[in-house]
Amino acid sequence: MSDSDTSIQETETKPVVENQQELPKFEKDHSDKITAKFGSKTEIAFVKPDRIRVNVKKEDILDVASFIRDELNYDHAESVTGVDFPADKEIEVVYHLGSYTDPQLSRQVLSLATRAPREDNPNPGNDSTKLPSLRDIFYSVEFHERECFEMLGVFFEGHPDNRRLLLPEDWADLPPLRKDFAIKGR
Amino acid sequence: MLKDLITPQTANAFVGKLGDILVKAIHQPLEYAINWGRLWSLWPVHIETACCSVEFGAASSPRYDVERFGIIEAFGSLRQCDLVVVQGTITRKMAPRLRLVYDQMPEPKYVIAMGACAITGGLYFDSYNVLPGIDGVLPVDVYVPGCPPRPETLIQGCILLQEKIKRMKVR
Amino acid sequence: MTARLPPGLQLEKVDDRIMTLNVGPQHPGSGHMRLIIKVDGDYIVSCDPDPGYVHRGEEKMAEYRNYITNIPHLERPVIHDSCNILYPYCLGVEELLGIEVPERAKYVRVIASELNRFTYTLYWLGIYGIFLGHSTMFMWPMGDREFAIDLLEKLTGARVTHSYFVPGGIRNDAPANFEDVCLRQINYLEKRLKTYADIFYDNPILIARTEKTGVLSREDAIRLGTTGTVLRASGVDYDVRTKEPYDVYDELDVHTNVLKNGDSYDRSKTPWLDMLESCNIIRQALEKMPKSGSVRVKLKPNPKGGNDEVYKRVESGRGSLGVYIVSRSKPEPYRVKLSVGSFRNLICMPYLLKGEKLGNMPAVYWSLNYWPVEADR
Repeated sequence: MSDSDTSIQETETKPVVENQQELPKFEKDHSDKITAKFGSKTEIAFVKPDRIRVNVKKEDILDVASFIRDELNYDHAESVTGVDFPADKEIEVVYHLGSYTDPQLSRQVLSLATRAPREDNPNPGNDSTKLPSLRDIFYSVEFHERECFEMLGVFFEGHPDNRRLLLPEDWADLPPLRKDFAIKGR
Repeated sequence: MLKDLITPQTANAFVGKLGDILVKAIHQPLEYAINWGRLWSLWPVHIETACCSVEFGAASSPRYDVERFGIIEAFGSLRQCDLVVVQGTITRKMAPRLRLVYDQMPEPKYVIAMGACAITGGLYFDSYNVLPGIDGVLPVDVYVPGCPPRPETLIQGCILLQEKIKRMKVR
Repeated sequence: MTARLPPGLQLEKVDDRIMTLNVGPQHPGSGHMRLIIKVDGDYIVSCDPDPGYVHRGEEKMAEYRNYITNIPHLERPVIHDSCNILYPYCLGVEELLGIEVPERAKYVRVIASELNRFTYTLYWLGIYGIFLGHSTMFMWPMGDREFAIDLLEKLTGARVTHSYFVPGGIRNDAPANFEDVCLRQINYLEKRLKTYADIFYDNPILIARTEKTGVLSREDAIRLGTTGTVLRASGVDYDVRTKEPYDVYDELDVHTNVLKNGDSYDRSKTPWLDMLESCNIIRQALEKMPKSGSVRVKLKPNPKGGNDEVYKRVESGRGSLGVYIVSRSKPEPYRVKLSVGSFRNLICMPYLLKGEKLGNMPAVYWSLNYWPVEADR
């Protein structure tokens, strides 16, 4: 499975990467290990110097994350970002993972991305926008996932404490970072 | 002789004149003294909200030394303070707590709104979580504009507040 | 209870022994941040941080402004360290638009970034002193900080909120005699910084109050994903300036300070050692800087990035600050995420405060280098 197959995307919302002739070797070895183990369950979105991105479906994310932690030696998450794509009717959650212990990986940041379905009338916690939580694998995502829950309405199953963190306690509106939540005057 | 002076017709004028003398001799100097004591020892509550708190801290630094005007940040409790300097943006989560802090302070108390965000919402006027100015929450005495205002501007604001206190009636 | 609770309230069973304290949003410390602490006598049983009192919606606002007008409000989370927040944003936008920054601009950026490290860390040290009741340690750093602010004022025109970094370089060039003035003031600042050891770091009261409190072991620091001086005080040698050098840091000689114990004393000492290291970096940069040259690449109005995404990070005063930008062929970015050091270190608070005495709480809380405005964005 070569990277030229995965680099041409169909929809406009996925990142479009030009057909690269020469990919950086170290990162290519890394991404090859992932595709060797998981095959078609994962999709390598791009391989750039120091940055790799892996797209996974939400059913397989726990296995891929355990593999990344145990075999590839990534040990903490730098941030968890949620991005809203109303055109695709999906919300994407990207985990940026880094490594403090392995000296070869000190420059690398691996982006692990997964998508959750999106509903037009969200009811955070009780609708279909759910993802498995990576807190048991990477403990450092605890507060980041809480923030993602309140800002985008993505419920993380297995997280011990899906509660508000930054918003006021009586916030009763749409989750703010969704694209249909417009700030006043714009 | 006094009995001739104070007749039922002139009693009003006499009492009025006595009142004038009392006001000039006792009440005005007393008011002046009380206001003088208040304005040279304004103690602000330690309520470092957001960005402008950095310039408030710099105003307490040795270079701009706001302590020479009597403004010492009382690091104890807010029940000994009489000045609230709202330094920066007030969010919807913080607004009830700000009102609570203001209500807990004893009279007389004064409010300075420091920075553009406290006056009208500033740079964040269109954000979903920001109050457009604190006028709806607290009665503001002095507005100090700037983003953030330089420490000298803040000191000028404090001196304006002092001018205002000089003219206030003592309750 | 059969009635439904209004939103925001929750029921709690009351225990005879355990008392709930609010180290509330207004407290004689810095910034609005509430800790809901449960105490059993003098020992803290659990701690629940409640940030969000200064949440201003930076990331949402960034989606409505284009790449250049995003600069003034993205630098407000930490206004005295503003260059370090704009740095990864500018590096990211430059990569998205494919711009190459001139050499002199890179050196001036490094100098401005290190000067911002001074202004942030000296303010933090001042507040640390006043937390522990050491008011001289409030006055000395705040006074010395004015020298660094003077230099930044000569360079950028503003005391704080410089708005100096733009995608494409820096806004305007350094004035003519900047190098001499900078060298003189940095030498003076270094002499002053070394005197802090006498009043603060060798002070037996500080040592008694901060040693062996809030100990964070090396494995826990890695597992919790901490960053910055909190990480380096626990024995992990990681600094973005040496591991993933950006701009001209690969040509400068940067030494990382790593301390072993992981207690509050080490966490209070590492930023001071970092500042002494910054003096060396600034001196090297002033020597190697090209004496003249352009400092800015002019962009066309309303530049648009392609369908791409970028993640860049920079070492700020609180730790590694990462910015993740997603762009979709419009003048405004599709999503901007700031991954700030304060928010990443927030997870240490419930972890470290459990089992501590209540009197040790200020020393541990402020040693985590937590700036509430930045964590809330």
